[in-house]
Amino acid sequence: MELFWYIVLMTMLAVYVILDGYDFGAGIIHLFFAKKEKDKKAITNAIGPFWDANEVWLIAAGGVLFFAFPTLYASSFSGFYLPLIMILWLLIFRAIGLELRGQIHNTIWQSIWDKAFGISSLLLALFFGVALGNVVRGVNLGSVVNGVSTHEAHYFFLPLWNPTFSPQAEQLGILDWFTVLLGIVGVVALTIHGANWIIFKTNSDLNEKLKRVVFNLNFVLLALVIISLLVWHIIEPKPFHNFLDTPWLWIFPIITFTGLFGLFKVKSFQKHGMGFLFSSLFLFGGLTSTVASIFPKVLPSTNNVNPDLTLYNVAAHEYGLSVGVYWFAIAVVLVAAYMVIQYRVFKGKMDDVGYGEH
Amino acid sequence: MEDMLFYDRMQFAFTITFHYLFPQLTMGLSLMIVYFKGKFLFSKLEKYNDAAKFWMKIFALNFAMGVVTGIPMEFQFGTNWAKFSELTGGIIGQTLAMEGMFSFFLESSFLGLFLFGEKLMGHKLHFLTGFLVFLGSWASGYLIIATHSWMQHPVGYEIIENGRFVLNNFGALFSNPWLLPSYLHNQAASIVTSSFVVAAIGAFYLLNNKHNEFGKLFVKTGVVFGLISSLLVAFPTGDWTAKNVVKHQPATFAAMEGIFETEEGGSEIVLIGQPNMLEKKLDNKIAVPNILSFLTYQEWDAQIKGLNEFDESVHPTNVPGLYYSYHIMVGLGTIFIGLMLIAAVQLFRKKLFKTKWILWSLMFMLPFPYIANTTGWYTAELGRQPWLVYNLLRTADGASPTVSSGNTLFTLLGFIGLYLLLGLLFLMLAGKIINKGPQLNQH
Repeated sequence: MELFWYIVLMTMLAVYVILDGYDFGAGIIHLFFAKKEKDKKAITNAIGPFWDANEVWLIAAGGVLFFAFPTLYASSFSGFYLPLIMILWLLIFRAIGLELRGQIHNTIWQSIWDKAFGISSLLLALFFGVALGNVVRGVNLGSVVNGVSTHEAHYFFLPLWNPTFSPQAEQLGILDWFTVLLGIVGVVALTIHGANWIIFKTNSDLNEKLKRVVFNLNFVLLALVIISLLVWHIIEPKPFHNFLDTPWLWIFPIITFTGLFGLFKVKSFQKHGMGFLFSSLFLFGGLTSTVASIFPKVLPSTNNVNPDLTLYNVAAHEYGLSVGVYWFAIAVVLVAAYMVIQYRVFKGKMDDVGYGEH
Repeated sequence: MEDMLFYDRMQFAFTITFHYLFPQLTMGLSLMIVYFKGKFLFSKLEKYNDAAKFWMKIFALNFAMGVVTGIPMEFQFGTNWAKFSELTGGIIGQTLAMEGMFSFFLESSFLGLFLFGEKLMGHKLHFLTGFLVFLGSWASGYLIIATHSWMQHPVGYEIIENGRFVLNNFGALFSNPWLLPSYLHNQAASIVTSSFVVAAIGAFYLLNNKHNEFGKLFVKTGVVFGLISSLLVAFPTGDWTAKNVVKHQPATFAAMEGIFETEEGGSEIVLIGQPNMLEKKLDNKIAVPNILSFLTYQEWDAQIKGLNEFDESVHPTNVPGLYYSYHIMVGLGTIFIGLMLIAAVQLFRKKLFKTKWILWSLMFMLPFPYIANTTGWYTAELGRQPWLVYNLLRTADGASPTVSSGNTLFTLLGFIGLYLLLGLLFLMLAGKIINKGPQLNQH
């Protein structure tokens, strides 16, 4: 039962990253590449009717984490207190930036909210990458000092950074060179993803330029992925042991690289959705490969005193997990139906939706 | 430790108070928008469609505020109340996860269609999307109050090692006797807010001699919805809710009502007075004898236990706060019924739109349903203190063990600053939409 909910949770997170990821990416494109009002309109039209529903995946995944793995929810949310609250603030800024810019037709007003939307999208992409880095690297569970736990074995607290900026220091921080590296991977990957969404959903003049951006950034992304894989060994001596033990898991890295290499053909795609498909594959593969490499750990311990948190020692009781399957199955069918309806009504190009003009 | 708990509580109280200013309007307003749109489908009168579209704009703004201030609520269970989440997550996580899956997806998917899809879908489907948004927002309220009810009156659980609460009866979460009365009470109160807002904006237009046709429609609709919902808040839902409190949380009930001493021959109902916690009595009291006993038990001389009979350890933490919250809620609720009754009589006599003082009163009444809803929630929450899970888990034992008070104060200050900005922007933009008014036959 724990395994079922683990797969559900990871799937929901992957869906969240793919869906809200294009919103973040569109925000980054909006920040750096959209100079003309027409381009900005095209971008907000392309995500306007969707961003809210996309964000629900985060809330819903949070809900499933809460109910299926309450100990992990409690431990990680209190331990990552500061970055999580900052993510909340950024989500607020991004949302009001999007929703409010069209409410008043004034240049200063609009440029303030454009920046709020763009900058918070950029920082969110960075933070989500950093978050993944923190989970891979692990934390000092039980806040061990000199070999003695100062808290219960599954609690910890991380400051934003430690003075050495090293992922191997005894007292860790949220930001170190490893987690920031993954943060940058997140920013680059989501920028590509967002650009692909805009190409897919608009007839904007920007699209030709964005194809070049995707193509060039893809080289950067490939380089970053290779560097990340190399330094992974410093964090985790045997990062591939799960893949060696269970060969079918290689499907996840294969998906990742299919997505990555497929994007080099972005300039010759006939269908506008192809780029988006490949960047979705990359995000899905990247996330699943990462969690597969630490499985069954969900939050590794960096000390020898307290054990890792695994999906088995953080889960809720059997009855609750079983009864949840019933309502969850009903809900999934409904959610799928809503998505089909939503994407059918807003199918094709979105240039004329008139988002933000109400 | 003490100040850590204080900041955790302040942050939750502040963020939830601010958050609930928005859903209380959207839940009631979605019903009224569905009414306007439905009326348009039946009557084919364009003004009803225009009314629906006008309120949709206010709704969209409120909804966005509700969403952005709502996400922190779910996160804060984990960030600030980790121990509580760890111990009870297997139970309250069920209802909270269901809220995400059943209502947020429904609301957010169809809100986009409702706001941007009228041209693409035609009026009937547009009505349907509005109805689904309404359904989603009411489902959300239901699941939140199911969670709330479990904390007030825990059911369907057992406690295993380490003090962990484990669910053993899923159905009990929904057959909880606390749930239905609280839900109906809360939803009726939400319609009170939306009715008063609709009526107030209508009165504003009439007094301004602008958009008169819509002014009349809004005042009329607001008064009809407002009278019905104000009555429903008091009876039967309020009465029913209070009877739950007296049955399951008698010390809370005594503190709410300001009854310190058990009175032989029936308890009086306190209208005004200040709790004196040093001498455990009520100062400057104005009260009507025996009414409380009658309202509670339908017997004039029924005995109601005073607060002083309960051990101090089970007293609500903040008796004066609880007492004032409750009395403000009840006092305002009474005024709402009175005003709406007079307005309805004038409406029936076809004199309402010319009775200036009622229009002025309706306009100035706009903030008060918000205060009544907020103090109503304070009554429920302060009434439960010092417990997170009534009688089983103390608030002091639920906070995050590793988050220091300095960090919580930092984020609390951040939330205060950010929400101040949000509040200002909201008022500015809502003011702009209202000032511009509904557009005739806009397409």
